[in-house]
Amino acid sequence: MVEQIDLTQVNWARAQFALTALYHWIFVPLTLGLSFLLAFFETIYVRTGNEEWKRLTKFWMTLFAINFAIGVATGIILEFQFGTNWSNYSWIVGDIFGAPLAIEGIFAFFLEATFFAMMFFGWDRVSKRMHLFSTWMVAIGSNLSALWILVANGWMQNPVGMAFNPDTARFEMESFSEVLFNPVAISKFTHTTSSSFVLASLFVVGISSWYLLKGRHILMAKRSIVVASVFGFVAVAYVGLSGDEAAYEVAQHQPMKLAAMEGLYDGEVNAGAIALGIVNSQKIAGDTQEGMLVEVKVPFVLSLLANRKFNSFVPGINDLVFGNEEYGIVSAASRIENGKKAIAALAAYKEARNNNDDTASKQALVKLNTYKDDIGYGYLQSGVDTVPPVATTFYAFHVMVILGTLFPLVFLAFLYYIYKDEVEKKGWLHIVGLCCIPLAWVASEAGWIVAEVGRQPWAIQDLLPVRVSNTNLTTGTVQTTFFMFLFLFTLLLIAEIRIMLTQIKKGPEED
Amino acid sequence: MFYSVYTFYRDGFRRMTVGKRLWLIIAIKLFVMFAVLKTFYFPNYLNTQFETDAERASYVIDQITEGHIQKN
Repeated sequence: MVEQIDLTQVNWARAQFALTALYHWIFVPLTLGLSFLLAFFETIYVRTGNEEWKRLTKFWMTLFAINFAIGVATGIILEFQFGTNWSNYSWIVGDIFGAPLAIEGIFAFFLEATFFAMMFFGWDRVSKRMHLFSTWMVAIGSNLSALWILVANGWMQNPVGMAFNPDTARFEMESFSEVLFNPVAISKFTHTTSSSFVLASLFVVGISSWYLLKGRHILMAKRSIVVASVFGFVAVAYVGLSGDEAAYEVAQHQPMKLAAMEGLYDGEVNAGAIALGIVNSQKIAGDTQEGMLVEVKVPFVLSLLANRKFNSFVPGINDLVFGNEEYGIVSAASRIENGKKAIAALAAYKEARNNNDDTASKQALVKLNTYKDDIGYGYLQSGVDTVPPVATTFYAFHVMVILGTLFPLVFLAFLYYIYKDEVEKKGWLHIVGLCCIPLAWVASEAGWIVAEVGRQPWAIQDLLPVRVSNTNLTTGTVQTTFFMFLFLFTLLLIAEIRIMLTQIKKGPEED
Repeated sequence: MFYSVYTFYRDGFRRMTVGKRLWLIIAIKLFVMFAVLKTFYFPNYLNTQFETDAERASYVIDQITEGHIQKN
């Protein structure tokens, strides 16, 4: 395994970005989901006037504050890395990312300066309804804030609404609405936010289960479980729907990612989806080995997911690498040839412009425009380079799906025993609830691994590979900051867990 | 009005219990991130190496073309 790890500078930069994103994503989904649960809890308090609901709301709000405080601004480190480690990339996408990221920054600042402050400090200073309004605004605003980041991410997976300017070496936005309503971005937003609601619901159910196990704060725990289980169950159903939409968009725009998610090497009509399986990690596209060592397949499901038709063809990795005439799939080798022509045309265009040779620059531009859709392929050496790490993508996808199937059963079990008024006696269920806290994060992080590892080698789908996006720095520089981040984030995570555990042990205030 | 906004925040901070420790963590974290990491380890490469956007564009085009044409 170790000898397979490529320790070049670009891979250290890649690892650093992945590390930062994974740590950042520990905090974000809890903020997104818990903010809505706080709004539900407080709405019940305002409608019933029952002080117990206020106490309950304030308790979960304290945990929300801890998570928010520790996690705030961890995402900015990703932006630091763009400028230092990924200067080619950040220059090339600057025009596209500028608008969504600026909106996100302004949005987040005003939200935090006003409604967050009112939510935390305003309990005795503003009216009940004004306070409730602030809590709802925090929930809605935090989730809308996530929209802009996911629009930027969605654009990388499916670059639309732009044109490449060969004079500035930038993708320039031609249609803001196309970028905003990019179907990949929208499905990413709905899937990501709804899965965050599930994560936060499991967090509330899990901690409430701990109280039931300990026989403390029983009423608060049961009330929290009811609200979180209902919210979690509705959210997890929507995660399924939005996941279906996300898979469809992946099939349309990133067929290689879908093939890797399913370990599918040879395309199939009536393709089945693998429920469980073991990937043959020795398998290389085009060889004669089996792609899967063991597999349990559900017939027709992959065709249905990919194309909304049972009898449709789903291309496999081999079809995408070597081409498939029957289904009109061009080989990666052909696209690499086109890409090389596009790169040569871009260089010729620059040279012609420097020499003030209008005729040559026009000819180069025509050639560039002919082959521009494949420009990213020109940086690859062979068709096999278009294949992402199949095993990582496959396992991450299946872990996410399996856990996503388990979670609704957990919510239903809690609701059932609450309804039967037996939830306090079900110790096994409390343990299941507790175990679901880490599992919720595993599923959530696995989702991002599918999204990001599955789209390798691309930083921008088909247009810019990761290894051309980086800055020409020494490996040592990136290594140093990698370990600094590892230390900093681990420290923050330990601080979060310690403070949160102390607060959970203390429980709600007895006021 | 400004005074009431000021007292709102002032009293809010004063009444915090767990929040004081959190603000300390936020302050240390932001200091480390912006005063140390950003300043010493994460300069914007293109901004520090070049003065104009034209120079930056030219450099990036060279980066994404030169070495790759030779491999054709």
